Amino acid sequence: MESLPQARLNRSFGAVVIGASAGGIAAITTILPALPATFPVPIVVVLHQHPGGGADWPNYLGRQTALAVVEVEDKMPLAAGTIHCAPPGYHLLMEEDGSFALSVDEKVHFSRPSIDLLFTSAADAFGPALIGVILTGANSDGAEGLAAIAARGGIAVVQSLQSAAWPTMPAAALQAVPQAQVVDLEAMATTLINLTSPSFAQGPAPCVNPPS
Amino acid sequence: MVKPELTEIEELEIDLLLEAIQRRYGYDFRDYARASVRRKVRAIAATVGVAQISELVPRLIHEPQLFASVVGTFATPVTEMFRDPPFFRYLRETIVPYLKTWPYVRIWLAGCATGEEVYSLAILLKEEGIYERCTLFATDFIDASLRSAQAGIYPLRNMKTNIANYQQSGGRNHFSEYYHADYDAVIMDASLRQNITFANHNLVTDGVFSEVHLILCRNVLIYFNSTLQKRALTLFHDSLLRGGFLALGSKESLRQHDFKGKFQEMETAWKVYRKLD
Repeated sequence: MESLPQARLNRSFGAVVIGASAGGIAAITTILPALPATFPVPIVVVLHQHPGGGADWPNYLGRQTALAVVEVEDKMPLAAGTIHCAPPGYHLLMEEDGSFALSVDEKVHFSRPSIDLLFTSAADAFGPALIGVILTGANSDGAEGLAAIAARGGIAVVQSLQSAAWPTMPAAALQAVPQAQVVDLEAMATTLINLTSPSFAQGPAPCVNPPS
Repeated sequence: MVKPELTEIEELEIDLLLEAIQRRYGYDFRDYARASVRRKVRAIAATVGVAQISELVPRLIHEPQLFASVVGTFATPVTEMFRDPPFFRYLRETIVPYLKTWPYVRIWLAGCATGEEVYSLAILLKEEGIYERCTLFATDFIDASLRSAQAGIYPLRNMKTNIANYQQSGGRNHFSEYYHADYDAVIMDASLRQNITFANHNLVTDGVFSEVHLILCRNVLIYFNSTLQKRALTLFHDSLLRGGFLALGSKESLRQHDFKGKFQEMETAWKVYRKLD
């Protein structure tokens, strides 16, 4: 994978994909409400849920963020300024035209939605124009998907183990992608803003007024 | 790092494989939702043990038995009975009263997989007292699925979920009245099957059913791309009587398609539509 400063050069992103499991609602509601309404890249979230619990989290999240929050329906297109949430009980995949596809195939890592399926399909769809983020969790879903993102030149970000309520999932992701950028929960929103801001995307700001 | 051209080559290989399958066996997956197809083709390549997807082409076209063993990868997934209990409650409380106004009722379950949904529907119709005048067509494009559906034998371990779903859906009896348990399996009561016709039908290539009052096709269209979805939805529209009902999966909708003036949305959450014209 490219080193980060190079990766930021002349770069715009198709999506930020985020995967979270145990402890995920708290992590997501720490990060996403800290993003401005002008956040330039569509966001997609897979959150594992206990059966019957917390199915209403997109509404809960929507009340706290400046960005729009939608639960994905089949063939819905990605939209800027929007957080797209995987519906419970469905795998969420991305197509190359930037639309979503759902599936009710067998569970992966005991999970449906599976983070691996979203990340792998998004890596196929967006190649290097993708940021993948693995947050807290108690299983290893997402590690393979994050590796697929890194293999295609996308940016891999992992929540630091010490800031994760459940470090198993970020640890598995780091084992699969050792070069991933490790970020504390509190710094995650700033990291996403920096990675996607036009000044970073265009590389270091040109010296408009060179010192005389 | 995976080079961009390798991604393009993989797409080419998938195209060649789908073309080969279509021409050799008649199953056409070319307009299936690509992201899912890509995942399934990669899984088949790993199972068969080939390094390149294109190596599957000679294997599958020359080995019909190998093809038969992998085609199930594309099958409509197995579901649970009374999946989405509130949907079945809605069907029972809101749609069945309409069905009761017809002297006979023809129902098409498109993509019935291994039959869990058609038995659920049969139970519901019996409890509402209209099963005797219903004819249910349960179709799928995989013969092995149809054989399972017809047999109506399911693992005992699934029954806990099925019973809970049944109760939440407004079931009126003890669910145990509808099956017979033996060791680790159950068989659905034969009376449920009396008015069900199991038949092979492929939404990609086959034509309309005539004069149907209700179509259930839940979580099947999600596997199709927009072109194929449009074909299937047109097929459903042409098969329904005026005033007939179409039930899709709760995350599917007509929203991405232009069926203006053709369907009326009955219920937003459960994606039940009524044919207008």
